[in-house]
Amino acid sequence: MKVLVPIKRVIDYNVKVRVKPDHSNVDLANTKMAINPFCEIAVEEAVRLKEAGIATEVIAISIGDKSCQEQLRTALALGADRAIQIETSESLDALNIAKLLQKVVEEEQPQLVILGKQSIDSDNNQTGQMLAALTGMPQGTFASVVKVEGEKVNVTREVDGGLQTLALNLPAIVTTDLRLNEPRYASLPNIMKAKRKPLVVRPAADFGIDLSPRTKLLKVTPPAERKAGVIVESIDELVEKLKNEAKVIS
Amino acid sequence: MSILVIVEHDNSSLKAETLKTVGAAQKIGGDITLLVAGFNCQNVVDAAVKVNGVSKVLVADNAVYEHQLAENVSLLVTGLASDYEHILATALTTGKNFMPRVAALLDVAQISDIIDVESSDTFVRPIYAGNAIATVQSLDSKKVITVRTTGFDAVATDGNAEVVTLDTVTDAGISSHVNDEFTVSERPDLGAATVIISGGRGMQNGENFKLLDGIADKLGAAIGASRAAVDAGFVPNDMQVGQTGKIVAPDLYIAVGISGAIQHLAGMKDSKVIVAINKDPEAPIFQVADYGIVADLFDALPELESKL
Repeated sequence: MKVLVPIKRVIDYNVKVRVKPDHSNVDLANTKMAINPFCEIAVEEAVRLKEAGIATEVIAISIGDKSCQEQLRTALALGADRAIQIETSESLDALNIAKLLQKVVEEEQPQLVILGKQSIDSDNNQTGQMLAALTGMPQGTFASVVKVEGEKVNVTREVDGGLQTLALNLPAIVTTDLRLNEPRYASLPNIMKAKRKPLVVRPAADFGIDLSPRTKLLKVTPPAERKAGVIVESIDELVEKLKNEAKVIS
Repeated sequence: MSILVIVEHDNSSLKAETLKTVGAAQKIGGDITLLVAGFNCQNVVDAAVKVNGVSKVLVADNAVYEHQLAENVSLLVTGLASDYEHILATALTTGKNFMPRVAALLDVAQISDIIDVESSDTFVRPIYAGNAIATVQSLDSKKVITVRTTGFDAVATDGNAEVVTLDTVTDAGISSHVNDEFTVSERPDLGAATVIISGGRGMQNGENFKLLDGIADKLGAAIGASRAAVDAGFVPNDMQVGQTGKIVAPDLYIAVGISGAIQHLAGMKDSKVIVAINKDPEAPIFQVADYGIVADLFDALPELESKL
């Protein structure tokens, strides 16, 4: 069975983002970029399915300009078999991303598409669910366990209050939560080998989809700063302040 | 304008966060209808009709909605969508699951996790784990929105809405529920609690989280944890407060043995009053805390419990 893994290039999660002085957007110039952490978990899960003899081929895909080839090579080094870059210089809404992925799903006919539950830049948490809607597939979002069993996949989901397990007909969409797995590090030989794995570039315009924007970013501002308060010397003082100054306990 | 708000519930009670989502709907302005999709959910309907500012409560009570499977609920909502300009759900795991599916079926974008309303088509939402705040305008005729409840006030519950029973049953038939493993707790939900006490890696192990129990009992608090404590296996993930866990904004948040990583701060920095207990005076948590105490938590917690 084929597994498709869409991935996104985002700011490295250790880097604190800055807002541009003109408030037009965040400033990503000269910023360290990386594969979105949830997408990395998706790649790892697909590779583990292949190692377990369940998946036969793992295809990584990314939508963006040439720079996202770097993250596709990372996915190949982690164990994906081949990669597709859908080339565009535009920043696309999740719906348009999902529409492009839908076309690739139609071409490749994967049994499973594994995506990160959200990207750490736009924090939308939409693409997997939207792709599921467009392809008519069931969805197992925020997955912490994925088990393929015959014609179905059982997905245990991290939900408010605990865990929920669903059985989904294949083909299906899965989005990853943090505890699904711990991604491996790519070894040097695998990084070298990844350079020779196939990576196909296809212009977004070739898919014949209206990609006009559905949302307009009006401004981006820094969050309100919280001021540091006071250091109290004793528990007595703390309790006194919470009672009489902050008035949050009685 | 007409607004549809999908009620967050567990078939037995209406989740308090729904009242804040209705608060967001009132800020948009328009005639507000609630949708209760569930099974044997009469208690939820009884609570929903009392939500202030609501004219109608649509009820889809059928076994296919029992677990609110995204495949089935999204078909139901899409079928109702033509009557509404705005469709809102709470940004909890249920709403986050089915709403983008609704949006895609309607061929519109979704605006996720709004924390403020600027106008009927322009909304404010955090991006980059709350390190930047974006103002976004929807260009679609229909707005599909999830609401982060920390940004809105709850509406009162002395209303009297009309109940409309829906007969349509939308069963996609491609997914089924296997089982739930819910944590049973006598304490309030993290999302609804007015006081939260959270432990971090400094707690050292899961057993030590019991030190928080007595304080939580006295304050009627929910107990949370940092991602570091979850990753270390001290406590289950549903206790996690932070960008990748629950986003909370209680009146009082007590952070114990939590250093204050960006990703944790993103989940709690809108709390009204923050208290930090940490033995490291350099811990970043002190930069956001209203009251900090530099102390060993194993001394501070029993003393705090005894003095409350």
